[in-house]
Amino acid sequence: MERVVVVGASAAGSTTAQTLRREGFAGAITVIGDEPHLPYDRPPLSKQVLLGSWPVERTSFGPSTTYAEQGIDLRLGSRAAGLDLSRRVVELATGEEVGWDHLVVATGVQPLQLREGHHLAGVHLLRTLDDAVALRKSLVDASAVVVVGAGFLGSETAAAARQLGCEVTLVDLAPAPMAVQLGAEVGWMIAELHAANGVRVLGGSGVTRLLGESAVEGVELADGSVVKADAVLVAVGTRPLTDWLVTSELPCGDGVLCEDTPAGVHAAGDVARWNSARFGVSLRLEHRFNATEQAVCAARRILGQDIGFDPVPYFWTDQYDARIQVYGVVPPDARLVVVQGDPGARKFLAHYVSGGRVSAVLGWNMPRELRSERALLTAI
Amino acid sequence: MNVEIDQEGCVAAGQCVLAAPDVFDQRDEDGVAVLLREPLADEYDATREAALLCPARAIALSE
Ligand SMILES: Cc1cc2nc3c(=O)[nH]c(=O)nc-3n(C[C@H](O)[C@H](O)[C@H](O)COP(=O)(O)OP(=O)(O)OC[C@H]3O[C@@H](n4cnc5c(N)ncnc54)[C@H](O)[C@@H]3O)c2cc1C
Ligand code: SF4
Repeated sequence: MERVVVVGASAAGSTTAQTLRREGFAGAITVIGDEPHLPYDRPPLSKQVLLGSWPVERTSFGPSTTYAEQGIDLRLGSRAAGLDLSRRVVELATGEEVGWDHLVVATGVQPLQLREGHHLAGVHLLRTLDDAVALRKSLVDASAVVVVGAGFLGSETAAAARQLGCEVTLVDLAPAPMAVQLGAEVGWMIAELHAANGVRVLGGSGVTRLLGESAVEGVELADGSVVKADAVLVAVGTRPLTDWLVTSELPCGDGVLCEDTPAGVHAAGDVARWNSARFGVSLRLEHRFNATEQAVCAARRILGQDIGFDPVPYFWTDQYDARIQVYGVVPPDARLVVVQGDPGARKFLAHYVSGGRVSAVLGWNMPRELRSERALLTAI
Repeated sequence: MNVEIDQEGCVAAGQCVLAAPDVFDQRDEDGVAVLLREPLADEYDATREAALLCPARAIALSE
């Protein structure tokens, strides 16, 4: 009997397993995940869970019975510690070995920490359900919150903290929130959105360290000034979780390099890197939809379908009343052209133009209209 | 086939409409998915694909 082993029991991992079953795979499926929880969804963590509008159970992808019914051997609280490609086994932290004919690496990413002061009480990361529950508890009690890092995670958390009544400062080295991902112009619009909601946005500010005795009391910036804080979220980036693969000779370099993996080995989700012919770049995306798409692709390849993977990336973020959605890839040199609506009214559609072509489309509170714009990218 | 959309969980990604345009649409004001009508037999595959791809897993099918 053919055996599939999936390492990582989250969006990409559970989707791979369930797609395999749905599409008729009759062999054994084992999913290995180091978290104690049943697979759950992360996007609501920085939104509904922080705000308290959803009970945490709502993030679950379904009860354990579904996995049992589908004949998926879900091993929670179990960490893969190594991989032997020649013997085709995954080694667990317990020493146990699990053999496979097809392996799917779906171990995601891990948030980075600050070097000084990260151990202080009141300092948080946000990746897991437990992180979100702890951060919410801290935010409910906090008066002054500093969010270090203004990517989508930091920006969404700043919005949630503000909505919970905290005094919030959002700090980033970049000039404006999400400017790295979406360009300076959209960055300024997001900065304005936060300012209008009462968040203090400090762009171009590096954080040197977190200050405090046992609990955090402040955040020191590169210019020597200190911002008072009794809760801090550090959201300064991530790194792919490939440590367990180091001794295996599986080709990795800021993620598992999909094109270079040996036959029978696949990667999906935040940990996977591939070459996009459509956009002419190497991509590794930390976007929820990519986890699904790549997992479906991995499952179908295991089922013998000879399909390529060159999607039009899709990403969304919700902050206050703004739903910002992007299809495509935003090159650093792209020019923003508003094609419909009005940024002033916080409802518009824009194209990112680079090298004479549209490489991404962005919608700000225009989901339905944005969908039709996607066709511009499928034609590439 | 019975289709249910969890409109509160829907994140307005529109992937369902891309997969099965005759079955799903998005509301004008907020992009939340709506069911146009029950899928016809030859649309079951597309409807299953929509449920599979929905990034919020907001589409439940019972067959
Ligand atoms: C708070 C938050 C909000 C987000 N919001 C959005 C959003 O609005 N829009 C959007 O597009 N994307 C969003 N994302 C990104 C999205 O959630 C990710 O792209 C998605 O979770 C990736 O899924 P994955 O399965 O690849 O990785 P993960 O979800 O990270 O899952 C990997 C799993 O593998 C486990 N694992 C790691 N190493 C091992 C090991 N050695 N052995 C066993 N198990 C292991 C991990 O513990 C984890 O459970 C958000 C992410 C977070 C954290
Ligand atoms: S794919 Fe899912 S999240 Fe997207 S519009 Fe359809 S139901 Fe909503």
